[in-house]
Amino acid sequence: MSTGTEHQAAPPSAHAVRRMAAPKAAAGRGGNGTDQAAALARPKANLKLRFARDRSLVFMVLPAVVLLGIFAYVPMLGNVVAFQDYSPYIGIPDSPWVGLENFARVFADGDFWLAVKNTLTITAFQLLFFFPIPIALALLLNSLVNPGLRAVIQSVVYLPHFFSWVLVVSVFQQIFGGAGLLNQALRANGWQPVDIMTNPDTFLFLLTSQAVWKDAGWGIIVFLAALSAIDPAQYEAAAVDGAGRWKRMWHVTLPGLRSVIVLLLILRLGDSLTVGFEQMILQRDAVGAQASEVLDTFVYFTGVQNGDWSYAAAAGLVKGVVSLALILAANKIAHVFGESGVYSK
Amino acid sequence: MSIFSSNNSLTARSSLLRRQPGSGPQRPSWDEEPGAATKAGTAVVLAVVVLAVLGPLYTIVLTSFSSQATITQAGGLVLVPGEMSLSAYQQILSGGVVTRAVLVSIGVTATGTALSMVVSVLCAYGLSRPGSFAHTPILFTLLVTMFFSAGIIPAYLLVSGLGLINTYWALILPSCISVFNIIILRGFFMGMDRGILDSARIDGASEWRTLTQIVLPMSKAVTAVIALFYGVGYWNAFFNAVLYINDSSMNPLQVVLRSYVLQGVSVAGQVDVGSGAAAGPALQMAVIVLAMVPILIVYPFVQKHFTKGVMIGAVKG
Repeated sequence: MSTGTEHQAAPPSAHAVRRMAAPKAAAGRGGNGTDQAAALARPKANLKLRFARDRSLVFMVLPAVVLLGIFAYVPMLGNVVAFQDYSPYIGIPDSPWVGLENFARVFADGDFWLAVKNTLTITAFQLLFFFPIPIALALLLNSLVNPGLRAVIQSVVYLPHFFSWVLVVSVFQQIFGGAGLLNQALRANGWQPVDIMTNPDTFLFLLTSQAVWKDAGWGIIVFLAALSAIDPAQYEAAAVDGAGRWKRMWHVTLPGLRSVIVLLLILRLGDSLTVGFEQMILQRDAVGAQASEVLDTFVYFTGVQNGDWSYAAAAGLVKGVVSLALILAANKIAHVFGESGVYSK
Repeated sequence: MSIFSSNNSLTARSSLLRRQPGSGPQRPSWDEEPGAATKAGTAVVLAVVVLAVLGPLYTIVLTSFSSQATITQAGGLVLVPGEMSLSAYQQILSGGVVTRAVLVSIGVTATGTALSMVVSVLCAYGLSRPGSFAHTPILFTLLVTMFFSAGIIPAYLLVSGLGLINTYWALILPSCISVFNIIILRGFFMGMDRGILDSARIDGASEWRTLTQIVLPMSKAVTAVIALFYGVGYWNAFFNAVLYINDSSMNPLQVVLRSYVLQGVSVAGQVDVGSGAAAGPALQMAVIVLAMVPILIVYPFVQKHFTKGVMIGAVKG
């Protein structure tokens, strides 16, 4: 997702998560999800017959496969430049092979490790201060009895998810920037203006609040869905047994959310080497590379900007491989804990 | 069938809620009324959340429509409506960089969304029959790309190798399909009533005809949501433009937004600053508003389908 493909990169996983959470539950309750899939399954005949039968289906899939082949699989092969001393003037076939030299350079590079450190710090920080917010908001919204009010609030909080990062950063700039609303008010009252948008020391907070503003609302969708799937009879039974509001939340609501929470946590962990690329690029000038350099921006600046293609490709490949390993490992852990994980076994 | 198959429990819930006839929704009988403190706390938090989203948008939109005098008086952003003026919009939309960027963004979004939707719907439908020819390997090919992406450098080398640098296709093709969206669509198609598809086949409809005349008309909600996802993606695309477009006259709106608002390039510079010219802040705000207007227009129509479209589509994935 580091290619800047907006559809995949922007919503970190909200709808992926919804899709991915499904199979386990479907299997668990054996509902009509699996029945319908089984009903749709086509009988296996021999290959030739099946192709004749499914010709039109195969043709329908073809354009997507061709596009993915070109724009997802060919670049995977393009990673060979990480093992070359690639020069755009002579091309991949003629560039000399250098083995693992680029990787050795990457691992000896302090800037690379700074990017790693920043990336992991930001991920950890957001896990702590971003992750719980959608859960809390969903619980709060769920406690509203008036469905009309609920719907209105929901549509308001979903909205910023659809704004671009440029727009979000621009809005923050207008409110908290040097000439922004906040400082305007401070100056009008004779106080010192504060420096929020360009301060590397508070950059983590800034990043996180931007992410919260943009995506916390969107993040509640998945929790609201999980909440509405909890059987009201459970609440009724708990109430009859004398459980108050808090006890019901603790013993009915939170267990009902458990599998979704675990799933999202795993996805976030698996994705921990990827943090808001556009967000960093946009604010790099203001706060400086020391605070804002993450792995993706490191690759972009060393490669595309400075033309050190092979070196940047090596760094990017390291990131891709480690990310893949993290996702697989996180999923493994999920299985160990009896959750379904991203894909089933 | 899944945690997301909210339908049954939702109806159960609302019938519980409607147990007592009367005005407005009611709590279920076993749920005690929360205390005043809890109620007030909930109200305050939700009000703050809503204000935090709408407040900035309000002042930005208001400033963009305010006259220079009002803005000067307010010292920057306007909180209380004063004298209104359209001069900021007249100025940036009377030709020049912003106008061109708006047209570029509209063109890329329209072309891209149309292309993405055609390819994705076809692919999702083609994959909606488990057991069909090459079903599993193709599905696997798609899913792999969700777990491993090649990285920025090879992607750039490919786009430049295809000669797409400085073409609008560079803004469309690399992000043309999203496997997530295809999977959501596929899930929805797989969950459709089997009987309808069967009777279409018995009546002699080909797969193409089934898709266009039966399946698509029945999937308006989910296709609307997916089209919104794609459309928003293209409209918001910023990094692809930074990466692949060097010719500044081809820049889409998001890139222009960055240069005017975040990098402080003067918007007024492009037109002569006459007596009727809008103040700097109004121009900046007007560019911001232009960047969000299409989303604000489409959003209310699609928003109500989120739960219906996405959830149901997602359930059966």
